[in-house]
Amino acid sequence: MNELDFSTTIGNAWFPSPIFTASGCASSGRELAQFFPLHDIGGVVTKSVMNKARHGRPTPRMAETPSGMLNSIGLQGPGIDAFIAKDIPYLIEQKARIIVSIAGETVEEYATLARKLRSVAGISALEVNISCPNVENRGLVFACDPDASRRVIDGVRRTIGGEIPIIAKLSPDVTDLVAIAQGVVESGADALALINTVLGMVINLDTMRPHLGGTTGGLSGPAIRPIAVRAIYQVHAALPKTPILGMGGVSTGRDALEMIAAGASAVSIGTASFTNPTALISVQSELKELLRIKGFESLRGAVGFAHRPEGVVQ
Amino acid sequence: MATINKAAVQIRATVVGNKRVGQYYQLIISIGEIANQCRPGNFVAINVGGESSRMVLRRAFAISRVSESSSFGGTMELIVAPHGSGSKWLCAQSEGTVLDVVVPLGTAFGIPTEPVRVLLIGGGYGSAPLFGLAETLHARGCRVDMLLGASTAGKIYAPMEGKRAVNSLRIFTEDGSMGQLGQVTDPIKSLIEDLDIAVIYSCGPMPMLSAINEITSGTNVIHQCAVEESMACGIGICMTCVIPVKDEAGNLSMLRSCIDGPVMDGASIAWEKTGQVI
Repeated sequence: MNELDFSTTIGNAWFPSPIFTASGCASSGRELAQFFPLHDIGGVVTKSVMNKARHGRPTPRMAETPSGMLNSIGLQGPGIDAFIAKDIPYLIEQKARIIVSIAGETVEEYATLARKLRSVAGISALEVNISCPNVENRGLVFACDPDASRRVIDGVRRTIGGEIPIIAKLSPDVTDLVAIAQGVVESGADALALINTVLGMVINLDTMRPHLGGTTGGLSGPAIRPIAVRAIYQVHAALPKTPILGMGGVSTGRDALEMIAAGASAVSIGTASFTNPTALISVQSELKELLRIKGFESLRGAVGFAHRPEGVVQ
Repeated sequence: MATINKAAVQIRATVVGNKRVGQYYQLIISIGEIANQCRPGNFVAINVGGESSRMVLRRAFAISRVSESSSFGGTMELIVAPHGSGSKWLCAQSEGTVLDVVVPLGTAFGIPTEPVRVLLIGGGYGSAPLFGLAETLHARGCRVDMLLGASTAGKIYAPMEGKRAVNSLRIFTEDGSMGQLGQVTDPIKSLIEDLDIAVIYSCGPMPMLSAINEITSGTNVIHQCAVEESMACGIGICMTCVIPVKDEAGNLSMLRSCIDGPVMDGASIAWEKTGQVI
């Protein structure tokens, strides 16, 4: 039996495994490195970083919900300069493959971030997070507006040049996801990250007010997995050549294979790392085993397999 | 930069004892040699609800003490209040249940190098880790006095065997059903002077910790407190459990209570800013 080819590509970046961390669910990798070598997974997608240091939203910042959780962090972070000075060298030292996630309040801020990262060595890809739900003004969620999405990606693409792959992270909280996906790909995105968290709310029945300090939060975990699978399936059907980094409630190898069959070329593990710090490693080995059992010779052969024409068997 | 507890490991650990103590449950969990790495103040994060649970988040509990048992090797004791669905599930587990545990996590109480006089203050089941701490301090030669408070008698946790390392123990309840009627913070000011207290160690609800800090601010007493903020992961990756903390220059940062805490210097916390945008 041939060895399974487990590698994947996103734009021109090659990864030995399709299993990544999800931005905002691994900080910059230091804590998970206590539980497994960061080199052993496909890549580390760092927490979305902004131009300046940011304190984020008030506590309480989280609420557990059935098979999921709401978070309302509000992009707390050290700012891009401290991130480049401290976090990138650490990840390089760990021989991790690095996908830097950036977030901004304006089109110009995204371009500024791209400019600062352009000359940094050791970055495999750039995730442009245009869909964080935890901002004060929902008008700032670029991914809810096709024109704003295009402008951000266009600005980043012009600044960063053609070398480093750009992954646009989109929100499922839109009327026509495919139109927004097509727009950002036309503007220069090489790949798409689907999905960001889904906007939600919990009312505290002791205070009879919204529980989270930030009022609303992003829903993650197994509760949103079917939404993610649907989003990946719809976008892959419309843009079969665009790689998708799938995420949303994946906690087992079977969950990851579902996303791959829907059209994902790689899969990020987010909330599952809160449940289980070694979730990335177990998802990775379960996925490998499942692909073998189902007779695939490569991961690539399974990408989008749920879209195959009638009559094609495994 | 603060880092995750370097001794932290994810292990499968067996419940070897579970008994009801007042309104709480005392769980004894076998953790083998890791027990040697646990310090008073450290906590654990435990998966709850079993394989098909709809509860996706770990629950964090302070380690109340560790010990060596002849039949089980190293064990840790947790005092759990069955408040929510996760803690109720844990309290319902019988001997033999295997748990997924990450241990040890967080910072520990600092132990003085000199045998100074110390005051330990616990609110509700927050007293649990103070008894293990008392033993460590007593072994260091410190004189240990303790104050415990709660709303009512059933919420006071004060095991008989825990009192051996304590010189004096006073209990306060808000309804007067045990000890003195009043709040645990009432006698602190005079005790600091009468007993020449150098360090206060506290564990309990945030308003209690904040009230203690008001008393110690402006004095030379060091206040080490174990903070409480809701936590999704316990290992520093979710950024939900943050506390506003001032550095020496007075700059505020939102620090993770799972990494930079739970034990923090009370004087460095911006108490008036907790739960707010800074």
